Amino acid sequence: MSGFFKSSIGRKVAMALSAFFLMIFLLQHFIINSLSVCSPDSFNEVSHFMGTNWLIQYLLQPVLIFGVVFHFVMGFVLELKNKGARDVKYVQNKGAANSSWMSRNMIWSGLAILAFIVLHFIDFWFPEINTKYIVGDTSGLLHNGEGFRYYEELHHKFESPLRVGAYVLAFVFLALHLMHGFTSAFQSIGATVGRKKIMKKLGMAYSVLIPLGFIIIALYHHFNH
Amino acid sequence: MSVLDSKVPKGPLKDKWTSYKDHINLVNPANKRLIDVIVVGTGLAGGSAAATLAELGYNVKAFCYQDSPRRAHSIAAQGGINAAKNYQGDGDSVYRLFYDTVKGGDYRSREANVYRLAEVSANIIDQCVAQGVPFARDYGGLLDNRSFGGVLVSRTFYAKGQTGQQLLLGAYSAMNRQIARGKIQMHNRHEMLDVVIVDGKARGIIARNLVTGEIERHSAHAVVIASGGYGNVYFLSTNAMGSNATAAWKIHKKGAFFANPCYTQIHPTCIPRSGDYQSKLTLMSESLRNDGRIWVPKRMEDVIAIREGRIKPTQLGEEERDYYLERRYPAFGNLVPRDVASRAAKERCDAGFGVNQTGEAVYLDFKSAIERYGTEQAKIHGIDNPSKEKITELGEAVIEAKYGNLFQMYEKIVDENPYKTPMMIYPATHYTMGGIWVDYNLMTTVPGLYCIGEANFSDHGANRLGASALMQGLADGYFVLPYTIGDYLSHDIRTGPISTDTEEFEQAEKEVKGRIDFFLNNNGEYSVDHYHKLLGKIMWDKVGMSRNATGLKEAINEIKALREEFWKNVKVTGNANELNPELEKAGRVADFLELGELFAKDALMREESCGGHFREESVELDGEQKGEAKRNDKDYAFVAAWEYKGEPSEAVLHKEQLEFKDIELKQRSYK
Amino acid sequence: MKLTLKIWRQKDAGTKGKMVDYQVKDISEHMSFLEMMDVLNEQLVGKGEDPVAFDHDCREGICGMCSMYINGEAHGPDRGITTCQLHMRMFNDGDTITIEPFRAKAFPVIKDLVVDRTAFDRIQQAGAFISVNTSGNTQDANAIPISKHAADEAMDAATCIGCGACVASCKNSSAMLFVGAKVSQYALLPQGQVEAADRVRNMVAQMDLEGFGNCTNTGACEVECPKGISLENIARMNRELMKAAVNN
Repeated sequence: MSGFFKSSIGRKVAMALSAFFLMIFLLQHFIINSLSVCSPDSFNEVSHFMGTNWLIQYLLQPVLIFGVVFHFVMGFVLELKNKGARDVKYVQNKGAANSSWMSRNMIWSGLAILAFIVLHFIDFWFPEINTKYIVGDTSGLLHNGEGFRYYEELHHKFESPLRVGAYVLAFVFLALHLMHGFTSAFQSIGATVGRKKIMKKLGMAYSVLIPLGFIIIALYHHFNH
Repeated sequence: MSVLDSKVPKGPLKDKWTSYKDHINLVNPANKRLIDVIVVGTGLAGGSAAATLAELGYNVKAFCYQDSPRRAHSIAAQGGINAAKNYQGDGDSVYRLFYDTVKGGDYRSREANVYRLAEVSANIIDQCVAQGVPFARDYGGLLDNRSFGGVLVSRTFYAKGQTGQQLLLGAYSAMNRQIARGKIQMHNRHEMLDVVIVDGKARGIIARNLVTGEIERHSAHAVVIASGGYGNVYFLSTNAMGSNATAAWKIHKKGAFFANPCYTQIHPTCIPRSGDYQSKLTLMSESLRNDGRIWVPKRMEDVIAIREGRIKPTQLGEEERDYYLERRYPAFGNLVPRDVASRAAKERCDAGFGVNQTGEAVYLDFKSAIERYGTEQAKIHGIDNPSKEKITELGEAVIEAKYGNLFQMYEKIVDENPYKTPMMIYPATHYTMGGIWVDYNLMTTVPGLYCIGEANFSDHGANRLGASALMQGLADGYFVLPYTIGDYLSHDIRTGPISTDTEEFEQAEKEVKGRIDFFLNNNGEYSVDHYHKLLGKIMWDKVGMSRNATGLKEAINEIKALREEFWKNVKVTGNANELNPELEKAGRVADFLELGELFAKDALMREESCGGHFREESVELDGEQKGEAKRNDKDYAFVAAWEYKGEPSEAVLHKEQLEFKDIELKQRSYK
Repeated sequence: MKLTLKIWRQKDAGTKGKMVDYQVKDISEHMSFLEMMDVLNEQLVGKGEDPVAFDHDCREGICGMCSMYINGEAHGPDRGITTCQLHMRMFNDGDTITIEPFRAKAFPVIKDLVVDRTAFDRIQQAGAFISVNTSGNTQDANAIPISKHAADEAMDAATCIGCGACVASCKNSSAMLFVGAKVSQYALLPQGQVEAADRVRNMVAQMDLEGFGNCTNTGACEVECPKGISLENIARMNRELMKAAVNN
């Protein structure tokens, strides 16, 4: 089995498995975020649960971070290795004639997403860790103690048009990344045999709807100030 | 008594091969490890031989000029492979396949060899299926067959239109297994340039590494030549660009007799030449004649109008078309054998009725078939009073399912839609039945030197039936040679390794190097292709589909003169120690220039028409068969094996009389 | 028509190459691309210059020998064909055509446009066969029925001509379409399933050893493949390797 993950295909499969994990995470993140639009109270409750449940905090959170880091590191490693597989470049190469922009530029859309994650961490994750584990306030309440702070913080973040702009752009890149990545992950684990068409459609739906949803949520909060 | 001993075993035809196998000498497995065999060429014959010999335990050294054994030109065979399996229950049998092959070959092949071929044919299919060759299957999961080339049963196994490819990949996979085990030493991009004879036995070859230009000596206890046919003597043929006769011609010069060089198959359905720049011709499978009707316009003014683009062939009505095959051969119509169909096309074009710019093309029309299938489909789908368009649409779908890949290929090359406008076709050189003379053991007249596949002369007589080339190549390599060579090698178990450090290797290498040096320093005026094209033109015009004494004599003189001119004035660029395609071509064309002359000499000697060899002097003079080919069994029922004596003109003829004990000789009739 | 050709010239594996410009005229639109190259070479030989070396053999799209990267695409702009089947009618008078060899580290240039593709052979030697002796004493060909569907699918995979256009087109120089086709052909047939696990393991290991890149599923290979080998073959190979890993 260890031999398997050392092979080119094994690495591909590992990439795909981490991608599945991230896509599932993205889906649950989206569902929770959408609560902020339709039911701020539920959003607060779920956020509090997620932020304080030990299973999620001490098990799933590290796994998630590992998944993200693994996906990125592996992505870069493979990209470098693949670049090295052609030592002399073509003078003329028409990539667009046979493949999509998305598929050829996963590394760039990935980098954009990485930049976004940094921003996202600065925006939410670091303050959150600070509040909970450094300051030691795990109540999840606002300073004045009147209810949960999660919705307020979220709503507040989207006041700045610059940040909203950055978020929207990042989700466009995420969409581009997913447009190739979704079916690609299924292809890597061999799940597309005999169902290429349906996988393509499913991939398109996921990669457009989820990022679009995130964008709508961001815009909703921005324009509701 | 002829110097030729065919070594056909005694006994009834049916038992010859079995009793032969029961009585030959064998080499024990420990001794096989001490014996080396060289195989030159890795097509169906060479590839299957190399794999089997290695599997038996011999150390095999295989050579091919391509970058991989899998690219040998067997890969281009489209239609299928015959085998007497009788899966269809339509009355096929070993005897019937044997009979069809001898008759199809116009009674100019050796009975015992052909019977053995038919006998092992069924094993080939078993073998290939076990290897994972994806033959076509029916819905029940069993193997499917198609019928081919005018025989009365369905015995052709196929893998879409790429049977040759799949069989070659099968043999190649068997080779790969042995290469991985180290039992085959594979030499890609190597060309054999001479054979080395030591004490009268073939003991090695001189080969050029085509990448580095290095001249290498390779020794072995036996040498097997499986280098294919010599169709490229015509310059334009359906052969691959690199297909050449050098290996065969070199062994001929070292003592192997060359048999029946004039037996060449001109395939009737190829895409016509479009201009002088043409480098090769593309075959369209014979299966197209099952549904296509061949015609030219009846009136010369229509021909001219078509050539000038004033009218389209589709504008001509039925009564304005001359379906000449149906007219001349009402019984077989468009399905006459290859040689007959080819000559008929030539006859029309010579009379001026050729329908393209070069005047060398006839139509192959699918309109009737599309209508027929369309009407049938409309009935099946319950469409009442279908419109003409609907019928065409349904009919085209059927044609597409059957021949889609061929139609696509045609459209890519010619840029015309063959569903809408009739295809243009013309005959082209395709296969050579002649080749190195071998006995029943597939051994040439040089001990220890074997020749298999298209390179030898043995099984197809004067004309090969469709789907039989693949059968012969694999039969030779998988099932015949491995036995017969063992019988010979059993005497070599004490010989030990053959040294390449001997006078004979030295001499052969010197000759090879001398010739290369000559080419590179000749500083002539014209390229190799220039001479090859001129040779091709002489061959096609005078030693082509129909031949006569005057033309053949002219051809002999012209080829001789061209050869002399070639040696004086050929220009080869580049160096000896690098990849140099011009140098490779020079050597091959030099050999073609000799072979071509012997070819014409053989054609001149054979004053009869048989199979692919048509002499205008030998035709039926009256009766129903008037104008058709006439064989002369009394004087020419022999194999013409030529012995090299310096110039091709000095070659000495040896005759192997053909005896037909199990078959009655008959004149073919397709009227 | 008249054309300008920009062609990669490289004396041998050890020498650095460069693009060189050539002019050809009187090119007929009915010529094949390689016949156009013949015209150029005849012209060069006439001038005593070294003609452009390129691989080619059958010139009917089946041997897989020809291998040019024309105007930025393997086998040129047309689809479902090899270079030898590409015709000049795809180009216009006055065009400039860029001609390069198939590029990959695993396909080193031998000379000009000729590359060494023996890596493909070594991958196949690692396992692209069924270990059956060629004795002819195997069971009857009809002893194991194989569904038409499986036979047809195996055939579709088996039509691969091993030209290397997949590697040349892939931005990662990955050979997975080729290897996937080989693995699939055998994996789809009952005869091949006996050794399936070892086969896929060994072939993939050899493929990695040869220095091909990894597949990122761009699908360029499938588009440029002259025989239309499907990407599904790669998926199937991935599955076969996973199966082999799990069952071990």
